Amino acid sequence: MVIASAFSPALPLAPALPGLGGANFLAVVSPGLDLESSFSSLLEGLGLTPAAAHLVWLPLPMVLVLVSAVVGVLVTVWLERKISAAVQQRIGPEYAGALGVLQPLADGLKLLFKEDIIPARADGLLFTLGPILVVVPVILSWLVVPFGQNLLISNVGVGIFLWIALSSLQPIGLLMSGYASNNKYSLLGGLRAAAQSISYEIPLALSVLAVVMMSNSLSTVDIVNQQTGAGILSWNIWRQPVGFVIFWICALAECERLPFDLPEAEEELVAGYQTEYAGMKFALFYLGSYINLVLSALLVSVLYLGGWGFPVPVEWLAGALGQSVDAPVVQVITGSLGIVMTVLKAYLLVFFAILLRWTVPRVRIDQLLNLGWKFLLPIALVNLLATAALKLAFPAAFGG
Amino acid sequence: MFVLDGYDAFLGFLLIAAAVPVLALVTNKLVAPKSRTGERDLTYESGMEPIGGAWIQFNIRYYMFALVFVIFDVETVFLYPWAVAFHRLGLLAFIEALVFITILVVALAYAWRKGALEWS
Repeated sequence: MVIASAFSPALPLAPALPGLGGANFLAVVSPGLDLESSFSSLLEGLGLTPAAAHLVWLPLPMVLVLVSAVVGVLVTVWLERKISAAVQQRIGPEYAGALGVLQPLADGLKLLFKEDIIPARADGLLFTLGPILVVVPVILSWLVVPFGQNLLISNVGVGIFLWIALSSLQPIGLLMSGYASNNKYSLLGGLRAAAQSISYEIPLALSVLAVVMMSNSLSTVDIVNQQTGAGILSWNIWRQPVGFVIFWICALAECERLPFDLPEAEEELVAGYQTEYAGMKFALFYLGSYINLVLSALLVSVLYLGGWGFPVPVEWLAGALGQSVDAPVVQVITGSLGIVMTVLKAYLLVFFAILLRWTVPRVRIDQLLNLGWKFLLPIALVNLLATAALKLAFPAAFGG
Repeated sequence: MFVLDGYDAFLGFLLIAAAVPVLALVTNKLVAPKSRTGERDLTYESGMEPIGGAWIQFNIRYYMFALVFVIFDVETVFLYPWAVAFHRLGLLAFIEALVFITILVVALAYAWRKGALEWS
């Protein structure tokens, strides 16, 4: 009985949108797995009140997402080192575990046992607070990353906007740690980080805005649902090619990935704002930047590459196999494959980011600011207005 | 308990996310060797003894960028509700947003012309 209820179709889907063409894509979306309702009904079967069951449920997806984020970082670090090595015709890490897969873990453990040095002339409180302020918003942004119809921590109404708000907290932490170090390199690095972050935040927000306009909602789940229906053809990348490129460039700049790693350009600024950091505080910066990279890649896949959607609509596949989409087994399979799809798309982008690192030379600070303000910002504005105009002209094709 | 649906998870995740760096730093404090103070506490300046501090007055060139950023960030925030409700508002909202954005583009062109977006 419990098993049967665990696979029961989930909540009635997403608010039926008022509007002209809103219903055409919603009709084909399958509800997917809802682990929360099945877990809650299991607990309520044991005699708990619904509120208590909800409270017991709450930490589970959070811990799960946190663990997968950290594992994602370890995998990304390993991939980065292996792919970088391959690009440069080296072998890369190979002794810790098979093919060196345990190397990132070893690095992390090493940093954990390193002494924490606070320079004598630094401001101790701000020096400690800086890395914390960098890491917390990045982790918190995983709240809105969906891996399936109901497979996310919380489908909050502001969704993607929450991520934009949280990502603008990060430069405060960078500036704080740069200033608190009382080191000239750190200060310049922190200032650069802040300038870079604010320059690329606006094009980023504007390209998200165009996607939001097409899905009539800020919720990440609704954004993905709007991209279902015709498989790969209904993904936003075809309707927002310019937005996709702007978003990806800005995401790389926000993550301070090469070619935009000016705040920590080692030839100029030693290590930028993290020059004075050692041990776990340095590891926190490291963790934050890689979590941010994986997060950005996941959000690109959510916003432009159909999230958990398959290249071929799952309804067609299920229909071809003579199965109903709402059948329990099919739901479990599509749910798990949806997670795989999301992660696969994200890691494809991570792979491109790593390759880009060894392909493109670092830009100068004036080129960086010019690119942000004089190129990406006008283009993003035009893209937004063009999306609005196209939505007026072809409401059905642009989300009703 | 919560007026806004789903935000109890936000509060919970905030606590968990904040616990990560705190736990990491506390563990580090417990297992790492204690400091033997001395020259290692000096600020790093390429192997030299640091000349002066970094807490000085100097010309922050990003100042103008920060000002332009504030304008455009507020603009973007204003545009979010417009974009979400756009499918219900139609042509008039499009023209209004066009006027709004045009004003800001004129401001951008002015800042550009005045050299506020120049690095040097």
